Amino acid sequence: MPFEPLILTAYSTVSALGHGRGVALDALLQGHSGLRRCDYEGADMETWIGRVDGIEDVVLPTALAPFACRNNRLAALGLESDGFATAVAAARARYGAARIGVFLGTSTSGIEATEQAYRRRGDEGGPLPADFDYRHTHNTFSVADFTRRYLGLAGPAQVISTACSSSAKVFAAASRHIRAGWCDAAVVGGVDSLCLTTLYGFNSLELVSRRPCRPWDAARDGINIGEAAGFALLEREGEGVRLLGYGESSDAYHMSTPHPEGEGALRAMQAALDSAGLAARQIDYINLHGTATPSNDRAEDRAVMRLFAGEVPCSSTKGWTGHTLGAAGITEAIFCALAIEEGFVPGSLNTEQLDPELFAPIVRTTRRQPVRIVMSNSFGFGGSNCALILGRPA
Amino acid sequence: MIQISVESIGLTAAGMPGWEAARPVLRGEAALDATALPAFRANLLPPNERRRTTALIKLALQTAEDALARSRYGMDELASVFASSEGDGEIVDRICTALTLPGHPVSPTHFHNSVHNAPAGYWAIAGGSHHVSTSLAAGADSFAAGLLEAASVAVLERVPVLLLAYDYALPPALAGRGYVDTVFAVAMVLAADDGSGLARLRLDVQPGSVQPPPMGAELAALRAHNPAAAALPLLQLLARGDSAMLCLPCQEQLTLQIEIET
Repeated sequence: MPFEPLILTAYSTVSALGHGRGVALDALLQGHSGLRRCDYEGADMETWIGRVDGIEDVVLPTALAPFACRNNRLAALGLESDGFATAVAAARARYGAARIGVFLGTSTSGIEATEQAYRRRGDEGGPLPADFDYRHTHNTFSVADFTRRYLGLAGPAQVISTACSSSAKVFAAASRHIRAGWCDAAVVGGVDSLCLTTLYGFNSLELVSRRPCRPWDAARDGINIGEAAGFALLEREGEGVRLLGYGESSDAYHMSTPHPEGEGALRAMQAALDSAGLAARQIDYINLHGTATPSNDRAEDRAVMRLFAGEVPCSSTKGWTGHTLGAAGITEAIFCALAIEEGFVPGSLNTEQLDPELFAPIVRTTRRQPVRIVMSNSFGFGGSNCALILGRPA
Repeated sequence: MIQISVESIGLTAAGMPGWEAARPVLRGEAALDATALPAFRANLLPPNERRRTTALIKLALQTAEDALARSRYGMDELASVFASSEGDGEIVDRICTALTLPGHPVSPTHFHNSVHNAPAGYWAIAGGSHHVSTSLAAGADSFAAGLLEAASVAVLERVPVLLLAYDYALPPALAGRGYVDTVFAVAMVLAADDGSGLARLRLDVQPGSVQPPPMGAELAALRAHNPAAAALPLLQLLARGDSAMLCLPCQEQLTLQIEIET
C-alpha cells in the first residue's frame, strides 16, 4: 500500500481575512492583512491578533446546542463556507456515512468555555457553574465530535492535537486510514480559536510581538495569535488540487524551542519529498511555517537552505492571518491550493528589512506566476513537524 | 485491513502496577486490589526534566517504560501514537485559575506542558526518537482510534510504533464533567506482522454499533471511568493467550473488529 495521491475535491477557509476562499484570495492578491490591534475580551495586552468577525453571532443547530463555544461556532462557519457541507452531503450519498472519516486538528479546543467558567466561579474556589459543559466544549475531541454530527458522518474520527502541526498531520492520518481500507474518503481540517490561555501563555514565553508580526525580518520579535477554521474533502478520484505527499518527524530536542539547525524540519521536508517521489528542485514554492519568532525562523531557514539551496521561492503568510496554531496547517494548505489554482505566489506581508543572517529567498510581495507543486511547512511545540506537498498534474 | 504483531505490553492502574503484575488479574486468577495505587517514577526522564512534569506525563512515561522492558526495539527506533481523551486536567486547572488572578500570571512551564503532545515531546526527548509521533483524542473511543492510527503507522510507514493510551483523573474542579475519573494507562509496542511477538492482530472497521464485551465488576468499573481502559477486553485475551474475534466500539455507529491470533 504505497502512498497514493488524494484529491481535495472541496475545501473551505475562514480566517482573519474573512469568510471563504474568495475574500482570502482577494486579500492575498491585493496585500490586505487581516491583523488588528488586540480587542479580544479580557486580554489587556499590547499586540495584534488575527480575529474572525461574526463568530459570536453563530447559532448552532438545536441538536448540537451542548457544543456551543467559540471553537465550535468557528467550526460551523468553516463548514458552511464555500459550499463545504453541501459537497460533503453529496459525498455521503456516494460512499455512505460510515465510509467517510473525520480527522481534525486543534490545539486548545474550546478552552475559552473553561476559562469563562473559572472566572464565573468567584474567589472562593467553589464549584464551577452548573451550565458549563466541559465534555462538549473543551474536551480535545469536541470539534471532531461536533463536525461528524453536523455533517452526519459515521466513519473513523479523531482529533490530532500536536500544537501547531495538528491540522497538517491530519492529511497524513487520513491518507493512512484510506490506504488501510478503513474509509474511502475523509474530511480533514482544523479549528483553533482565540483564548486567554494562548495569549497569556505565549506572552509568558516572551514570544508575542507588540506589532504586526514580521517573518524573516531582522527585527522580528514574535508572533501574532490568530484564529481560523479550514476543511478539505479528500477523495481518490475527482477534480482539484492533489495531496502529493507528506512527511512527519520529531525534533527530540526541546519542548518549546526548535532544533537550532532545523534537524526535525529537514527530516519532515525530506520525508515529504520521498513520499511524493519528487526532487527538491521540482517544488515551485514553499509556504514557510514562518512564525516570526527569532529562533523559529532561524531554524526553518537553516533547514530550507540545506535542502533547497536557496533555489525555491519562499514566504510566510502569518502576516496575513496571524499564527492560527492548530488551524495553521489547513489554512496554509488551502492558501497553497489557491496559489496553484489561481497562479500566484503570496508575498511575506509585513517583512520589511530581511534578516541578513537568513538566506531563504523570501518573496516580499504577491506575484502572479504559474505554480504547479508547493510545499507547506508546519512545526509545533514538543518538536512535532509536518510538511505537505500539494500539486496539480502536469 | 491491517495486520500487526503485538511485541510487548505495559500497564499502569490501581492494583495493576505493570504488565507482569496485571496478568493474573486479567486472567481472572487474582482479585483486583483497586486501593493499591502505583507509585510514579518516570525513570526515563533526567531529574531536571522530571521536576517540570506532571502526574499525567509520569503516568504515560512509566507505562511506556514497562512495555519497553520487554521489547527488542530501543526508544530511538520507535514511532509513537499517544492517545488521551482528556489531556492534562491538572495543567488546565492551573492555567484557568491563573487567568482569574490580576495580571493573568500563566506559568511558562505550565503553558508548554499544556499542549496535548507534551507527554510525546518528553518521550521523544528522553529517547531520542526522530520518527513520526502523533497525539490524538477521540472521546470515549480514544483507545480504538489510537490503535487504528498506530497500526496504520506501523504497516504503512514501516516503523515499529509505541502506542500509549492513558488518562489521569481530572482535578476536583472538573471531576465528573469529562470522560475520566480514575487512572489507567496501557502501552503496546506494535510492528508490521513478521510472525513474532505475543500475538497477531487483524484490524478492520464495520458500520454499526456494538456493546463492549462484559467483564467482572471491578474491571468494568475501571472501564467506565477511563477511556484508555477500553483496552481491557483485548488485554484479557492477550494475558490468557487466547485467539478470538473481538468487537469494540470505535465511534457511535462504528465497530472496530480485532481478530487476535496467538
